[in-house]
Amino acid sequence: MKNAFVVFALATLALLSYGLYMALVVAPTEATMGDVQRIFYYHVPNAWAAFLCFAINAVASIWYLLKRGLKSDAIALASAEVGVVFCTIVLITGPIWAKPVWGIWWTWDARLTSTLVLWLIYVAYLMLRRFSSSGRAPVLAAVLAVFGFFDVPFVYLSIRIFRTQHPQPVMGGGENSGLDPVMAHAFLWNLVAFTFYALLVIWMRYRLQIAEQAVEEAHAERALGERA
Amino acid sequence: MIKFMWAAYIATWLIHIGYLLYLTVRAKRIRQEAEDLKR
Amino acid sequence: MTSPSLTAITRATLAKDLRLEWRSKDAINSMLFFALLVVVIFAFAFDPTAEESRRIAGGLIWTALLFATVVALNQTWARELRNNVLDAYRVSPAPANAMFISKAFANFIFVAVLQFLMAPLFVVFYSLRSVGPVWQLVVIGLLANWALVVNGTFFAAMSIRTRNREIMLPLILFPISIPALLAMVEATTQVLTGDSSPRFWIQLLAVYDVVFTVVCLALFETVLNAE
Repeated sequence: MKNAFVVFALATLALLSYGLYMALVVAPTEATMGDVQRIFYYHVPNAWAAFLCFAINAVASIWYLLKRGLKSDAIALASAEVGVVFCTIVLITGPIWAKPVWGIWWTWDARLTSTLVLWLIYVAYLMLRRFSSSGRAPVLAAVLAVFGFFDVPFVYLSIRIFRTQHPQPVMGGGENSGLDPVMAHAFLWNLVAFTFYALLVIWMRYRLQIAEQAVEEAHAERALGERA
Repeated sequence: MIKFMWAAYIATWLIHIGYLLYLTVRAKRIRQEAEDLKR
Repeated sequence: MTSPSLTAITRATLAKDLRLEWRSKDAINSMLFFALLVVVIFAFAFDPTAEESRRIAGGLIWTALLFATVVALNQTWARELRNNVLDAYRVSPAPANAMFISKAFANFIFVAVLQFLMAPLFVVFYSLRSVGPVWQLVVIGLLANWALVVNGTFFAAMSIRTRNREIMLPLILFPISIPALLAMVEATTQVLTGDSSPRFWIQLLAVYDVVFTVVCLALFETVLNAE
């Protein structure tokens, strides 16, 4: 397992480096926005990585509710936390991109707003875990994740229609409006790189959680042993 | 204008690396605790 | 001992809660006063003209009602917790959902009474006159009420044993409720201004209500037994 981890980590590092090179050096400068457009190669892949993390959390949470295994709970927590990290990056790079292009930091644009709501749901998830007693936290969090899962289509739909009724500037100049093939190349490499990176960090957080579960159990056993 | 591009790239990696550091600190702490328990 | 029916228990628990509330009027009084305070503060904060009022009233009404609903929701399970009712319920053969449904209905009634009392207040404070049909506002009101109350009652049960239960409830409720909040505000505004048909938003609220009622009923027992 240790070997597999090191190999995966090195592959991820290589992919990220190549992606960075593609984004900053190889990809051509965009006609209207200039070099600022290169934020796209990081902003969108990090968004996809965040969504992937939350999807993993949804599956792990449902699995936990069915089987109540410690491992699935650990995956759920790991993917939620890592997802929030990636989501935070999306919410920070978005405004950094919007300011020079539109002159304003935030536009309540459909995609960015949906990402904000998702971020709010999962920050609430993490807070619920932190403030519940350790016995209940996994179950309550998994239940909240299920609510989040059913909420996502409503979030996406309601914000999309809201924006259609009250139109505003769109982040990223509209979906892939005629993407140059070299740009598409750079985008895909970064998409793959950040997917690998997300899985790597979830793996790391998962291993940490398993270790902490074991220590907590050892503490409990010791406490029982001392009393007996 | 290009400052914004660098700001975005640097912000991304600051956050990612910050999280990795956080994980390392916690891992070190839990390893220490596991050692203490074994003794 | 035969397992008592869902409806029998629901009716009994609901009757008990309503009777207790009628005697003390704790929830209604605090909710009403809180909502009133919010309305007055908003009037100072925004000071709208009659035309502006129609456009922002939707948002103001639902913000005030949202906060007032949270006040009611927070005390939903407090009495049960104090008297160890939840533990007793766990070991009884009674279906868990009966408790949830009766609580949700009780909250629905409380919030409906609140809406009924606050509507004239809003009309007066903001010189409101609806361009669209008022019956649509009633439909929106009922659907929105249930949307907040069904999830709110459920999340209140989830947060009662957390360290800071009063703040945990809105923390987990608000993000999940955002689509419903958007729908209720947009629908209300569209009816008040008469600008467009609120049909899409009313349909969204209805579907949201159905989906989350099912989810709550499916998962309440899990939450009740979580330990």
